[in-house]
Amino acid sequence: MPKPGRIKPPMGHDNAWWWEQAAQGVVAIQRCTQCQTLRHPPRPMCSECRSLEWDFVASSGKGTVTSYTTLYYPQFPGYEYPLNIVLVDLEEGTRVTSCLTGCTPEEVDFGMAVTAYIHEDEDGFKIPMFRPAAKGGI
Amino acid sequence: MAVSMKNQAAVAGIGTTKYTKNSGVSELALACEAVRNCCDDAGLDPAEVDGLVTYTMETSDEIEVARAVGLGDLTMWAKINYGGGAAVGLIQQAVMAVTSGAAKNVIVWRAMNGRSGQRMGQGVSGNIISSDLIHWSWYMAYGMLTPVSWVAMIANTYMHKYGVTREHLAEVAIAQRTFALNNPNAAGYGRPLTIEEYMAAKRITERLCIYDCCQETDGACALLITSTERARDLRQKPAVIRGVTQASTRGQEQMTSFYREELDSLPEMELAARRVYAMSGLGPKDIDAACLYDAFSTEIVMQLESFGFCERGEAKDFVADGNLRIDGRLPNNTHGGLLSEAYIHGVNNIAEGVRLIRGTSCNQPRRAEHVLVSSGVGVPTGAVIFGRD
Repeated sequence: MPKPGRIKPPMGHDNAWWWEQAAQGVVAIQRCTQCQTLRHPPRPMCSECRSLEWDFVASSGKGTVTSYTTLYYPQFPGYEYPLNIVLVDLEEGTRVTSCLTGCTPEEVDFGMAVTAYIHEDEDGFKIPMFRPAAKGGI
Repeated sequence: MAVSMKNQAAVAGIGTTKYTKNSGVSELALACEAVRNCCDDAGLDPAEVDGLVTYTMETSDEIEVARAVGLGDLTMWAKINYGGGAAVGLIQQAVMAVTSGAAKNVIVWRAMNGRSGQRMGQGVSGNIISSDLIHWSWYMAYGMLTPVSWVAMIANTYMHKYGVTREHLAEVAIAQRTFALNNPNAAGYGRPLTIEEYMAAKRITERLCIYDCCQETDGACALLITSTERARDLRQKPAVIRGVTQASTRGQEQMTSFYREELDSLPEMELAARRVYAMSGLGPKDIDAACLYDAFSTEIVMQLESFGFCERGEAKDFVADGNLRIDGRLPNNTHGGLLSEAYIHGVNNIAEGVRLIRGTSCNQPRRAEHVLVSSGVGVPTGAVIFGRD
């Protein structure tokens, strides 16, 4: 029996492309091709101009922590605790929910500069995460 | 022409089961017991019940309950979405039905083996693809599986911005636990909570501990809504519904509205506040007591601002001054709430709002002419104001 891993996202029309980009090392941001508005998490329609047409841009991965929490309990298989969760405002202007690794819970702070990288699980699943900007990223 | 729902309907019955950690019976059995007790409380023949409303998360269908209890012909039923956010939505459905004539006597309920059966925050995974499951996956893939993990993110921003400390949250938890000491059906009955115990408690997330989190409960709670006129002929003092609304706002997600510009407030609760105050013609100064939804202690603090009891950032001082206690400005969750009575997804908080209007709370404050009750925080939600007939 393989060790249970993290809970995988269901792969549907509206989100699978984002994970496929992540697997190739890209933190993607969906873009409306009509009005150019960026949006995240991905959705099928632009809420600004109601266009169904979209493409995406690759994020630089640079951002700042706008909020965070650290999870201690309960602990689920597939995750490492204490688990730092961050909301990162990317320099492109969208916000993403992710994990922050490479620092202790005490070191996480509001406004902290962070950089994205692609984490790979033991089972090969790839998922964008962040680490303190000083420690380098994608 | 639009019909006003103000004062048209009232809660005329409350039915509960015992609240436990292991009921040993089915959720359908719990639902039936609460519905029967609700009819008994009101003095209404169950055969007169013609409308039923419950949660999308409920496992007992309307017709299963109707058949088991022996209810009458049904002319209206509905299920409301979004977990504890549904609680007040049940009341609004019932009031719309009674006001429009779709049904005359509507029972709303929630029954759950919330501790011994399916617990909250178990995570979802699999091959089913829906927009709801894709929504959750943006968080679950990163380890945010539990309600407390979702709530902690906005709570932390709010606490950081306004200088809210664990001592403020402790006052919320201890005030409600103190109420529960007088409620034999409460999880906190006979279990006083001290500030020392609170400060030493197991840390769940940054910055919430076990006492900031609600109970997990096996039990059920049902309410009867009928016309105010009919309620006057039944056994109990009516709790007249002065205003009721559901509320969801731009950027709303279920528990994870993380992408709004500001994360220090509850826009959906502010919408609920504007709506119930406008409908009822009342304002925060008219509200004598409240049952604000309290899956987590921080939700109480933030809602005090949403409903206009304090200015933005000042709720911590309102709390620290003891205003949520029996002799304070706003006795809140006088049964113990979800934190210290039971977690029946908020329906038990509505039941307490009704008891306060009847004057039968186990902690009856000096004055309770108007009582405000809210449903789930961080989800599409709602609010209701009850008044005396």
